[in-house]
Amino acid sequence: MRSNLFVILFALFALQGCATQPLRGTGDLGVVVERASGKLQIVDTTTRAILGKVSGLGDLSHATVVFSRDQRYAYVFGRDGGLTKVDILRRRIVKRVLQSGNSIGGAISQDGRLIAAANYTPGGVKFFRSDTLAPVADIPAIGADGKRSKVVGLVSAPGDRFVFSLYNAGEIWTADMKDPAHPVIHKFTGVGKEPYDGIITPNGRYYLAGLFGEDGMALLDLWHLPNGVKRILNGYGKGSRRLPVYKMPHLEGWGFYGRYAFVPAVGHHEVLVINTDTWRQAGVIPTYGQPVFVVGQPYSRHIWVDFAFPDNDAIQVIDAPTRRIIRTLKPGKGVLFLEFTPRGGNVWVSARDSNKLVVYDTDTFQRLTELPSHKPSGIFFTPRAYKLGW
Amino acid sequence: MPQKKMTAGLMALILSAALPLSHGAPAQTVTSPTPTRRAVLINMVREDCGSCHGSRLTGGLGPALTPRALKGKNPVSLKDTILFGRPNTPMPPWNPFMSDTEATWIVNQLMKGFPHAQ
Repeated sequence: MRSNLFVILFALFALQGCATQPLRGTGDLGVVVERASGKLQIVDTTTRAILGKVSGLGDLSHATVVFSRDQRYAYVFGRDGGLTKVDILRRRIVKRVLQSGNSIGGAISQDGRLIAAANYTPGGVKFFRSDTLAPVADIPAIGADGKRSKVVGLVSAPGDRFVFSLYNAGEIWTADMKDPAHPVIHKFTGVGKEPYDGIITPNGRYYLAGLFGEDGMALLDLWHLPNGVKRILNGYGKGSRRLPVYKMPHLEGWGFYGRYAFVPAVGHHEVLVINTDTWRQAGVIPTYGQPVFVVGQPYSRHIWVDFAFPDNDAIQVIDAPTRRIIRTLKPGKGVLFLEFTPRGGNVWVSARDSNKLVVYDTDTFQRLTELPSHKPSGIFFTPRAYKLGW
Repeated sequence: MPQKKMTAGLMALILSAALPLSHGAPAQTVTSPTPTRRAVLINMVREDCGSCHGSRLTGGLGPALTPRALKGKNPVSLKDTILFGRPNTPMPPWNPFMSDTEATWIVNQLMKGFPHAQ
């Protein structure tokens, strides 16, 4: 009897707790992927605190996250093909579907209505309603060779289009999804060997795919599709031996300074500088290791770089105008990912093998705080909702 | 470029040299790595190999490394793939980071079902 009373009282308190949850926005929130345990941490970038966790997200190795237009919901793409819609405010799963056998990431359409998932198995792109996660379209990635290909480098593009690359077939496809029942697809074949990732320029014009199987990149001008895909930076590693690659680089965010873009060189301890007027190589910056992420700090002349195993214990900061390394930071072991607060004042870094997040002041390079996290990988802040590409 | 080809050729030579010896050989029984090294290797497989093969080893850009996927494969050639990589694929050589016996231990664990980090 007494214990029943306790249960009732507890339930009442719990309900009251829900009802009195203070109103708040989500613009300064984000999520951190705890890849080994299949959990998301919900973080607050103003108080630099972990607000809570959401579990039950499946296999989160290589998981990526995109956000709804209102920044309230996170869509999580898991390795096991799981697509999960998470309510960031209530910190719970709204809906979860197993949409494929093996997935690599995804994007949300310009209008926010469609979620696109890029899959390895079966190779292709599947589309879902962002509100209900009901399936709406499926584009199998069958290359000109007649075989199914793994899909990488899926981005959202202007006009409710998506662009992606076929890893095995060496192709780039665009899909116009204005009418999801009738996707309009353009295929570009023979773009190069093993595209490993793709990115869209901030002006929405160019799609750039990095190639793993050869030294070079593939460039598609989305304003002039009939011009086809152009090969750029051919043989950028010429003269220096290509090293074994222990982690695929990523093209994520851009390191831009004026007309110059900064990208990772595959198999070299170098960041490449590209002149985006001519799309020719304009320089090379020797780095601590093989770059994985090369990301520009918002409203700054600095570009931040992290590195592949076995040099994944450091981050370097490049001063773009002088192209010099101005800082080498050692956040911890197994550094995987870095994400800037929206105006660039702080950067959050995941140190996977040190089981922590490290937050730096980007102006002073001082460590502001460290937060515990179990095998953290990707860090995603909600302002990504307003950027095309993701 | 010629240098890249040469390295690939050399790898192929090493692999083909290793294969006849190992044909049909059972997985070697080797002394298990120390607990400390074992923890390092488990983390390396789950996290670093996992970036291509998935942390549950169910595959990604690289193939699955589950007992089912590896069933019937030659353990010694698997070990050689770990140590020397596989030419013309993204699989790199891991011999700078582990010994021959450690690679054999990893293969044995993979074929049984790879342990989780403590």
